Amino acid sequence: MTTKKTLAFLLMDAPYESARTTTAFRLVDAAIRRGHDVSVFCYEGAVALSFAKQAPHPNAVHGRDLAQEDHPNPKDWIAALAAQADRSGAKLAWINCGLCVDERGVGEVVSGVGRGSPVDFWKSAEAADNSLVIPTKG
Amino acid sequence: MSKKILQIVESGYRATIEEQDDTVVWFTHAIKGGGAAIAVLLRGHAVNYGVNGQDASGLAFGDKKQTQPPDLAGDLARLIAKGVEVHVVEEDLVAHGLVATELIPGLKRIARSGIPELLGRYDLIWHW
Repeated sequence: MTTKKTLAFLLMDAPYESARTTTAFRLVDAAIRRGHDVSVFCYEGAVALSFAKQAPHPNAVHGRDLAQEDHPNPKDWIAALAAQADRSGAKLAWINCGLCVDERGVGEVVSGVGRGSPVDFWKSAEAADNSLVIPTKG
Repeated sequence: MSKKILQIVESGYRATIEEQDDTVVWFTHAIKGGGAAIAVLLRGHAVNYGVNGQDASGLAFGDKKQTQPPDLAGDLARLIAKGVEVHVVEEDLVAHGLVATELIPGLKRIARSGIPELLGRYDLIWHW
């Protein structure tokens, strides 16, 4: 049986800008499927990952309508991760940097996403078995 | 006892005009204020943060002026004044043509070969 661990992640990239975001979601998914507790702190552009007004779109280049394209919005991935955590007996905490939210106007977020400060990430990292910062590069 | 954290800042000048600071240096101030045991290592072009006399003032779009430009060297100096060790990679200073007289006081110069030993002193490494 796997020993339950606690992991703290910091994400920084805005939606649809970097494969680092997808990688981060893969890591979170893998951890919670194994029952590990995860906290995610979103800094800078990453606070828009949970923005509630994201909307899928059709894609004429692909020749697909809205339903066929089934375009992923990261807010839905966050909700799916939260549901997976419940099924796996894991805890998933998702906190946005409040000042980063305000300067971008993305305060409407999906259910379960909270607001905090860098100190929240530091405290999560202090309490966690390990932490990983996944920053914007360049 | 708090974990010892080393922040490695490599992506210098990323959005510093919009943010009016470096977001990682700002983050470091914030959690130092919360009680974190933290230090900084500047590498790559982020070593230029330590240069005195930088002036990003004067930006205006139409009649909208930026009245509070970033003060990156000042933000570093204030970290040092709070007891935060700020290391800079010697070879990166040389590569950017920087000499000691151009730098703010209190920076700790470290050879690239000394980085592994430095990393070994910390519990958490956050590489930005």
